Order: sequence, then C-alpha cells, then structure tokens
Amino acid sequence: MRAYESVIGLEVHVELKTNSKIFCHSSTAFGGKQNTHVCPVCLGLPGSLPVLNRQVVEYGIRVALALNCSVARFCKFDRKHYFYPDLPKNYQISQYDLPLSYDGYLDFETDDGCTHQCGIVRVHMEEDAGKLIHREEVGESPAYALVDYNRTGVPLLEIVSEPDIRSAEEARAYLTELKTVVQYTGVSDCKMEEGSLRCDANVSVRPRGSKELGVKTEIKNLNSFRAVHRALDYEIERQIALCKEGRRIVQETRSWDEAKGVTAPMRGKEEAHDYRYFPDPDLVPLVISPSWIESVRRDLPEPPDARRRRYQEQYGLSVYNARVLTGSRETAEYFEECVRLYSRPKTVANWVMGDLTRLLNAEQVEIQDCRVRPAQLAALMRLIDDGTISGKIAKVILEEMFASGKDPETVIREKDLVQITDAGAISGLIEEVLAGHPGPVADYRQGKGKALGFLVGQVMKATKGKANPAMVNDLLKQKLDEGK
Amino acid sequence: MLTKSQVEHVALLARLYLDDEEKERYTTQLTKILEYARNLDELNTSDVPPTAHVLPLQNVFRQDVVGPHLPAEEAIGNSPEQEDGFFKVPRVL
Repeated sequence: MRAYESVIGLEVHVELKTNSKIFCHSSTAFGGKQNTHVCPVCLGLPGSLPVLNRQVVEYGIRVALALNCSVARFCKFDRKHYFYPDLPKNYQISQYDLPLSYDGYLDFETDDGCTHQCGIVRVHMEEDAGKLIHREEVGESPAYALVDYNRTGVPLLEIVSEPDIRSAEEARAYLTELKTVVQYTGVSDCKMEEGSLRCDANVSVRPRGSKELGVKTEIKNLNSFRAVHRALDYEIERQIALCKEGRRIVQETRSWDEAKGVTAPMRGKEEAHDYRYFPDPDLVPLVISPSWIESVRRDLPEPPDARRRRYQEQYGLSVYNARVLTGSRETAEYFEECVRLYSRPKTVANWVMGDLTRLLNAEQVEIQDCRVRPAQLAALMRLIDDGTISGKIAKVILEEMFASGKDPETVIREKDLVQITDAGAISGLIEEVLAGHPGPVADYRQGKGKALGFLVGQVMKATKGKANPAMVNDLLKQKLDEGK
Repeated sequence: MLTKSQVEHVALLARLYLDDEEKERYTTQLTKILEYARNLDELNTSDVPPTAHVLPLQNVFRQDVVGPHLPAEEAIGNSPEQEDGFFKVPRVL
C-alpha cells in the first residue's frame, strides 16, 4: 500500500448531434469551409438575440436521466466572461448556479473486475467556442492567429464528476463507461479523436487516510483514453514526488504533452478564474415539467449495464462476451436482432465477435453500416446447421457477403460452394488421392498418424474445401484401415 | 471603501488601461456606486426569490432546423484583418 492516494474528478464535454446550434439556426455540420456555418447570433453581432434549441434540452434530459441525475424543475443560462478570440461575444453562454441537472452517479468496473461508483455533480448545457489556428512568427512578420467560428454555438453538455476517482485506471474506466452510457442515449458520437467527447481532469494527492484534499491541478489537452491514463499517472507521480520533498504544489492548469509524456503549466486564459457569471438577460428561464421528464425517461433505451446483466442471465454469455457485445448500442442491437432470428445466442456471439468484427476492423466499417444484415448472418448460421455448408466455408462466404452485401444463398450458388455430403463422390475422390500419394499412405499404415491429416487436406483441396470434413475424415480412415 | 488594487483588478478583467489619475477617480466613483447599491441591504429579502429574468416569460424555444447562414464574405467583412476566409487576430498565447 502506498503512502499517498490520488483524488481525481473529471469534467467531460460532450458535443450534441443536433442539426442546428444551441441558440441559432446555423448548422453544426463538420467540415464546412471556415466561417460559413455562422450567422449574426453565433458571431455575437450587436442586436442579435439567442433562442434556445428545444432538442438540446431534450438531449440534456436524456443524458441526465441516464446518469441518474435529478432534473431541475427550474434552470437558467448565465454568461461566463473571458477574453479570448475563440469567443466572439467575450462571454460563453453556460449554466452556473441553476444547472439542468445534478446529484447523479455512474457505476463502472475496472479491468480487475472491481465495481466502483462515481458521483455526478451536475450535467449542464453550454455553447462551444470557435477554433483557433496559431501561426508562428516568420522573419519580420509577427505571430498571429486565425479564427473559424463554425463550431461556435454548437451545443455541449458538461458532465462534472465528484472527486470520487482514485487512480488513473479508474479514470479510464469511468470515462469508458460514461462514453458508452452517453452513446446509448443517442445524443452524441462521443468520439474523443474527433473532439465530440473531451475530458479535463482535476487531480490532487494526499497522505492515505487523510480526509483533507490536497492542492489540485487541472489537466487539459487529453485527446484519447490512453492520454487520460498516461497524463494522470504522470501527474500523480509528479505531485507525490513534490510532497515527499516537502515542496509546495501550485494550483494551476497544466497541459498534457503527448510526445514528451509530461504535463506542463499552461498560460491562463484569465486571471484567477474570475469569470463574473451573471444571468443572461437575452434568454428566459427554462421550466421543465415532470411530464416532459417522464416522456424522455420512457423513450430511453435499456442502459448498457442492464443489458450486460441480461446477456449473462438470459443468453448465458460470459462476462467478457456480454461486455464486448454491449460496447456500443449499435453492436448490441445488431446482436439482438440476430438472436431474434437465430436462437443460439452463443453461436451468434462467436460470429459477431469473431469473423464479423475482424472484417469490420480490417475495413474500418461501423457495424451499423455493415453490408451483412442480421437476417443474412442468421441465414448463414442456419445453412451450417442444416449441412448445406461447412463452418469453414461459411467464413469464406461471410467475406463475400461482407464485400458484396449478397445473401449467403446467392454466394453459395454463384461460387458453387454447397457442401459435398455424397459419400460416393467423396469416396471417389479419396481413391484418387490415395493413388496419387503412395508415400503418406504407407506412412499412415506404418503407424504415422500425422499422415492422415495430410491426406484429409489433399481431399479437401480437391473439393476446394466443400467436402464435409467429418465425412472425409471417417471415410478416409475406413479406406486406409481396409488396406492395412 | 474599494482599494486601488481592486479597481486595477476590475480594469484588467475588462481590459481597460487606466492611468493613475483615472484609478483614483474610479476608486472614488465605484465606491460611491457600491454604497448606493448597499441601500438594498436594509430590505429584508429573505422571502423574495432571486430574479432570473425581468420578463414573465419562460420556455421560449426554436425547433432544431438549419436556417440560412451569412455569406462568408459578409461574415468576415467587417473584420480589421482577414486571411483565407478566417478572422485574423494578434497572437494569443
């Protein structure tokens, strides 16, 4: 047991996939040319007024409920002031003292199988800022920055955890579960690499057993799950080392440097976080009725943890398989659709997690875009069961289905892949193979069992893998033993 | 009484650059303003809910529909400096 423990809280920003921005009609679509998805409202032009996008509230309530939060009956928007060119109004519209929701929790599991619970302080709505591109100075021309306001006003949810996390590994596990839970609600892609899920970490250390919190630092620029893990490990060790030397930890914002593997102090946006919040007079308060909350609750999909338990109980799947298959809502829904059409869940699990996932990964295709639909995968499994094809040929057929989107029956017909189960035909081929390979035949008859495998392989090759392997095996043995 | 350093802090937050004479003047003026506002402390407001908005309105929404954007040249047209469709600003870090 180490002498120090770390105390971690995570602030996560999730970008909502609405069509339009939170307070105006401008598009949230990615990839537009710079400053083309903007209007007077998101540019903060004088005289323009924001109006709240109802879908943002709906999505916010969904996430709040999925994280077991209380949804506020009454909430409002506030202005958070700071001067930085990514913000055309010099304030960000956010929620301060009356957020959308509060007091939730998230259960999660670390890789060692231990379960944990982390409190959720609040989930609130706010607008995203714009994008800056920094240009270094070149010769006489000084450094400058270019600003694109396309992302300004894109709706965000900020999800603030309690400082209940005790290690970098727990932080990674919390974040993974949070991402899965939010993805299930269908409000965001939650892709860290694309910036639709962002994470800042607050971390401090204290002597184990102490109730007092140490001085914390905030770590930014965490762009992947791996970065969260590595940055926290680094920062925890850095702080413990300072404590041991009796040196002071400075409360500051630090940036994770992925290449160097270190955190370093960041120059602050604003002195001492003096944001001078006040209620935004341009926006009226929001009153959320119990019936609205209930209607959102009714439409929530079954959450991942409940689904994991059900897969183990109802389908008899292992913990691991249940976890993988519920990793995303799309995967879970694909699996369940297959199970509805083909009643052996373990077989379905093997195909989905095995060959199908291998193909999806190799081609970088998401399961919802997979050309092999659940009904087609179910048909493939039935064709194995009724002996039309062997399991081995089925893998070949799946590849073809994956590439072309064709039904398994079509692929079998076009490629002439029906399994040969005619004992007469197989026997004939066996005769030919035996005649053509006297050496291995003699080896087998002298007790070298290995030779059988070679001969089976030759027969399968002669049928392009279409012969029923069990029959080949039996018939071949029979013939070889006859001639002994 | 406000201190001069408090005034300097507020000025910095507002990106106002004040000379010494201005700092003196605003320290006096801001102090007076705050004293005037302090009159409200005489009222018992324990039963008065905080005002979130002065208008008796709530739940004003728009539907999630994309509308027209500003033409790009208009969007950046008033900027003192621009480059390739971007607003160009002095270095920030």
